[in-house]
Amino acid sequence: MTFVRPTFRHPDSPVNKLGYTRKFYEGALSTLCAGCGHDSVSGAIIQACFEMAVEPHKVAKLSGIGCSSKTPTYFLSNSHGFNSVHGRMPSVATGAYLANRDLMYIGVSGDGDSASIGMGQFVHAIRRNLNVTYIIMNNGCYGLTKGQDSATADFGSIGKAGSANMFHAIDMCGLALELGATFVARSFSGDKHQLIPLIKAAMSHPGFALIDVVSPCVTFNNNTGSTKSYDYTREHVEATAAVDFVPIMREITTEYNEGDSIEVVLHDGSSIHLNKLSNDWNPRDRHSAVNRLYQAKAAGDILTGLLYIDTESKDLHQLLNTTQQPLNQVPQEKLCPGSGVLENINASMR
Amino acid sequence: MLNDFVIRFANVNGTGSASANTMFAKSVFRMGIPVSPKNIFPSNIQGLPTWYEVRVSEKGYLGRREGIDIMVSVNPQSMVKDIANVKPGGYFMYDSSKDFHRDLTRDDITYLPIPMMQMCMDKFPDPRQRQLLKNMVYVGALAALLEIEVPVLQQIIVEQFKGKERLVTANYEAMQMGIDYAKAHFQCPLPGLRLERRDKVGDWILMDGNSACGLGAVYAGATVLSWYPITPSTSLADAFGKYAKKLRIDPETGKNNFAIVQAEDELAAIGMVIGANWNGARSFTATSGPGVSLMSEFLGLAYFAEIPTVLIDVQRGGPSTGMPTRTQQSDLISAAYASHGDTKHVLLFPSTPAECFEHTTIAFDLAEQLQTPILVMTDLDLGMNDNMSPPLKWDDKKAYARGKVLDAAALEKLERFGRYLDVDGDGITYRTIPGTHPTKGSFFTRGTSRDEYAAYTEEGPAYVRNMDRLVRKWETAKQYVPGPEFYQQEKKSQFGMLFFGTTTYAAVEAKDMLDAEGVTLDAIRIKSFPFNNAVKEFIDAHERIFVIEQNRDAQLKTLLVNELDIDPNQLVSVLNYDGFPITADVIKQKIFKNLVGRLNSPYVAAKVTPSDSQVGE
Repeated sequence: MTFVRPTFRHPDSPVNKLGYTRKFYEGALSTLCAGCGHDSVSGAIIQACFEMAVEPHKVAKLSGIGCSSKTPTYFLSNSHGFNSVHGRMPSVATGAYLANRDLMYIGVSGDGDSASIGMGQFVHAIRRNLNVTYIIMNNGCYGLTKGQDSATADFGSIGKAGSANMFHAIDMCGLALELGATFVARSFSGDKHQLIPLIKAAMSHPGFALIDVVSPCVTFNNNTGSTKSYDYTREHVEATAAVDFVPIMREITTEYNEGDSIEVVLHDGSSIHLNKLSNDWNPRDRHSAVNRLYQAKAAGDILTGLLYIDTESKDLHQLLNTTQQPLNQVPQEKLCPGSGVLENINASMR
Repeated sequence: MLNDFVIRFANVNGTGSASANTMFAKSVFRMGIPVSPKNIFPSNIQGLPTWYEVRVSEKGYLGRREGIDIMVSVNPQSMVKDIANVKPGGYFMYDSSKDFHRDLTRDDITYLPIPMMQMCMDKFPDPRQRQLLKNMVYVGALAALLEIEVPVLQQIIVEQFKGKERLVTANYEAMQMGIDYAKAHFQCPLPGLRLERRDKVGDWILMDGNSACGLGAVYAGATVLSWYPITPSTSLADAFGKYAKKLRIDPETGKNNFAIVQAEDELAAIGMVIGANWNGARSFTATSGPGVSLMSEFLGLAYFAEIPTVLIDVQRGGPSTGMPTRTQQSDLISAAYASHGDTKHVLLFPSTPAECFEHTTIAFDLAEQLQTPILVMTDLDLGMNDNMSPPLKWDDKKAYARGKVLDAAALEKLERFGRYLDVDGDGITYRTIPGTHPTKGSFFTRGTSRDEYAAYTEEGPAYVRNMDRLVRKWETAKQYVPGPEFYQQEKKSQFGMLFFGTTTYAAVEAKDMLDAEGVTLDAIRIKSFPFNNAVKEFIDAHERIFVIEQNRDAQLKTLLVNELDIDPNQLVSVLNYDGFPITADVIKQKIFKNLVGRLNSPYVAAKVTPSDSQVGE
């Protein structure tokens, strides 16, 4: 863990359009192991929120239980946070979202939290197209209980004790695609150039936006033979595309070779530029995403980047035809039918 | 037996008998005579036997009563048992379209054969209609035999099939066939068994408790319902949906001022409720015992992290899957102490649909005032049967009590916000809703131990301060929860009866029965847990208290002993747990037997003789 964080900030630290510095988006000091991939993901969330000029108090961050689920303490300290029950963050997030559709929801989970105990809630949150940025910090093991294999540990991956995992891995992106998820991405905690724009795009997506982030556990799963170590991941990463997120009304600065570039315009007018690295893949085609994912898997590669996006996504409130006003702000006079109506109901029961 | 009998209908599940049977009950009710209908149904969609039992009681006793005066049998499957269940001197009406075996005859009852199915086959062409209208034939026959006012029945038919004129005509015809047949073949009215108009129901209504709870949630301002289907609470969620669609759709935009999610399981259902309440929307779930078991972990979180939560538990027979379509009050302990660690939850015990409505609205206020789970404990008997009840009441001046919530202006004035800081000394702290203020009031909600400022801590003293504050809050809760009802102005006996929920109906009747035999008891009805101080005072003032409840293990007694530090010997249990609502007879006999040894007591009048103690167990 990092014990000291300098409080000094350069007086001319850049500010975003709300006038906040990056520091305003930080959280408490991390208590995770030094070098933990999760801290890099927290850093990417902070950077994405800073660059997008998000109002921190309009964000709610939710998590389950585990190392990954501790991280909401380490970013956005001006946001309300909820460290709930193991594997149950999706339901708490669903309730929170039903209560107030105007906030932005970041759900943070781990492979134990989402792929095992919380699998039921994970899949149903996808089916409901809950409007949440759902980040899985995926390290293939249970860090907080000292390194047991998780359900995303690859078959044959060697654990710290030296034994090979004898069960097949659950691919959270493959599963999400199968379930009809409207935004599916995979990234690597060590690649902030890819992760930050993906987080921004996920936050702009009106629906369930999954980012499965390979985030190595330096203490229990970073050994030789592990398929979720820093070394292994660096050697086997295959990106679908270079990703650049372009907020609304901002000039496009990145240049791409003509023909290789795809622009995906998001619901809120912002857009993602993808510099394609693979010809047989189209991010708006679920089948090609599924195929591409399986091909990479067969080749032993970790396919990263935005795998699939549905720009016509309809989120849960749209599906339920809920009023535009957040439900937690609808006044009593609109909620309570009053005694006159009750008298009629009484009369109908006689 | 004028205006005082029990009639049971034996039907096949899924044959449309429910609507005809309800018409019968409603016609009695509309003749101003108190009535108490109960569905006795199987866990089955079609084919198994189902019964509908109606107690008619001019005196207004609404509890179940043993002994069937008249059985209406249209189900050959259960006929042998149904015949055996008729009281000597009673009547057995049956569909005589098919031959009746001689072995089934009893000398001590009167048979009323009516070829219902044959009559319908001769009259109506459509097979499904024949089956449905057969039920109206027996309703018609009963009208003649018991002197139900025919215009009352006709009016009910018109209301039931509003807009479907063809059905009104067909039902009229079927009913008339029944009337004509009964008049032609039997003595009408039946000797000693009939109805006569009274004015004993006043402005009361006939409603099921689940509908009343669902409507209560609409009135209380609940905007989020998350639930998982389970008998007997499903119709509660349905009722909320039905009323919300009528009363909560914005007339201008056509959008819903509510959200209902059928969750993937009970864990997710309560998780969503907690998430929504955390975010400032009134939210609830409805379930039964197995659901409460699954929700326990989350209830512990809501207790410890102090998040308002409303759960309506429509209890059924347990343990495990138990008797899913039978009634019990057997979730008290699992609800009161749900979850691991030191937890206690507030329970409410409604006993009528009016109270189902009222307690549901109170539950939302209490949940936000106390920032803790509130469990409304009803049961299958109350939830799924039409119960006679005072009308539902709502005071338009009543504003929702949202508890201690800090808004942006209040936060602005605050030096430092402490989510778990006991500012007022009542154990209840101030909370903030996400999105309120850009720089103040945000905090981290967690199931781990934390200090007064919501920061994670494993410091023993900070943990103990928090746990002790929760006990302080529990004490405060006693002033907030509804107090008990007493059935006497001043103490009249050294013996008392204590009961709650649906046990009330039979208990009150038993009290009158005992009174008539010279045994006077004081009575108290509990409406909530934690118990108010008035409950402790009542128990302390009596030498012996009969605690009447519908479970095997005397769960309410356990709570009383545990929470009020009462000598267990002072509390005598009167229990019933066979899945049927408890009867006054059972209560009376058990209390009587217990008191026989004390006949010298000045409180027991002289007319009690030892021979009376011979009544059964």
